[in-house]
Amino acid sequence: MLRLPPYRYHRPTRVEDAISLMGEHAGDAMYIAGGTDLVPNMKHRLFEPGHLVALKGIGELKGIREQDGVLRVGAAETLASVALDAAVRERFPALAEAAAHVAGPQLRNAGTIGGNVCLDTRCTYYNQTAFWRQALGYCLKKDGDVCHVTKVGRKCVAAHSADTPPVLMTLDATAVLVGPDGTREVPVRDFFVADGIANTRRDPGEILTELLIPLESASRRQAYAKLRHRRSIDFPLLTVAVAADCEPDGTVRSIEGVVTSLGSRPRLLTGWDDAAVGRILDDELIEELAARAHRQCHPLENIIVDPEWRRAMVPVYVRRALEGVRAA
Amino acid sequence: MTAPKEIVRLDVNGDAQEVGAPGHFTLLETLRYVLGLTGTKQGCDKGDCGACTVIVDGVPTLSCITPVQEAVGCRVVTVEGLATALGPHPLQDEFDLNGAAQCGFCTPGILCSAVALLERNPAPSRESIREALAGNLCRCTGYSKIYDAVEAAAARLNGASAGGQGDQP
Repeated sequence: MLRLPPYRYHRPTRVEDAISLMGEHAGDAMYIAGGTDLVPNMKHRLFEPGHLVALKGIGELKGIREQDGVLRVGAAETLASVALDAAVRERFPALAEAAAHVAGPQLRNAGTIGGNVCLDTRCTYYNQTAFWRQALGYCLKKDGDVCHVTKVGRKCVAAHSADTPPVLMTLDATAVLVGPDGTREVPVRDFFVADGIANTRRDPGEILTELLIPLESASRRQAYAKLRHRRSIDFPLLTVAVAADCEPDGTVRSIEGVVTSLGSRPRLLTGWDDAAVGRILDDELIEELAARAHRQCHPLENIIVDPEWRRAMVPVYVRRALEGVRAA
Repeated sequence: MTAPKEIVRLDVNGDAQEVGAPGHFTLLETLRYVLGLTGTKQGCDKGDCGACTVIVDGVPTLSCITPVQEAVGCRVVTVEGLATALGPHPLQDEFDLNGAAQCGFCTPGILCSAVALLERNPAPSRESIREALAGNLCRCTGYSKIYDAVEAAAARLNGASAGGQGDQP
């Protein structure tokens, strides 16, 4: 049995009320949307806020609609509703696919796309009960000063394990953050930092309210590929998103690949345009791009899965994603 | 620190009631330890296994990671609420007839996921059934008999009204 620590539950109906509640209890409150990650983490005593500010009752955070050349996706939309939304499926099939493959059905019914973007990093030595962690002297990310993955490192290497951010990056999506000091927009590709302890640019008082996806990104050929143990429920061991702008004859104008679930933030693969622009995406080019990806990815044992195997899977899944782009 | 009890208004199996539960209880803890509805099982208790699945406003929901306050204002149906005065739900009957339950621990959660599926999609394909039950772990049956039971229940529920209803995702 895993008990939650005591907390007070607040259910505001407006974003501004949620932000002021957060301010009132600064340092001792957290937002909760779907709760699918936060609640288990609280049960593991990774977070023990005295107050939970629920986002579920806030209408402004809901809805998926087109406006001024942008698809606006409310951050509190569940992953299940994003996966089934007609506009998302038609224009951004890779995003629908990624949302449809997060965890299992019940978790997608509760978990939100905003929560997926803000997901805490994961590590074998972190996502454990307090008892388990205590037995090992805790770790860098929580309550301790040693990293059990790198042994010597002073930097937390917990893995970014969310499925939708790599796709959102290749679609040039922007995150809208609202906080006590107003509203700001951060491109999803700049949203993450390489720090396993806190890997996003969101301040704890800020709410991710919307994701804005330019409709022009819908012309890109998109694909998404994911490696995990059980296809039904597990977190990813590796996630690949690819999007390409192509001429009608299939010549690549630009191409981008993002890999995640390895390090603390999604990795934009480099050198792809140099290799691909002006060429047809044939088997030879796919192999070349997959080899580039392999050279750039060096997973650590932040998940107890042989890191060499996970690395060897990088070109395999990059190849599958590129074949998906070719077929799109 | 002892958590004070709070009064929460819940609608469980059609019974609207005020329940006194510690404010940090999950929906699962409230069902099992306050209301005595122990049909809903406590498995992993962290959202992995699906044993605690109940139906909240028609949606299969993991009660072990749902703070009880999140269920206020919603209609909650547990395995105890599936049968009627006339007898077990057709799906429960088909679980029996098909041998779809072995140790039985996953069964209440699977029944809830499958009943919610049949409500939104009266004629699901085998693939839709597999997808709908992907978040419910069963370590005994190998799932085949469970899928058979869901198909049989769908056929029985459609009964007279059957006639070319296509699969809806």
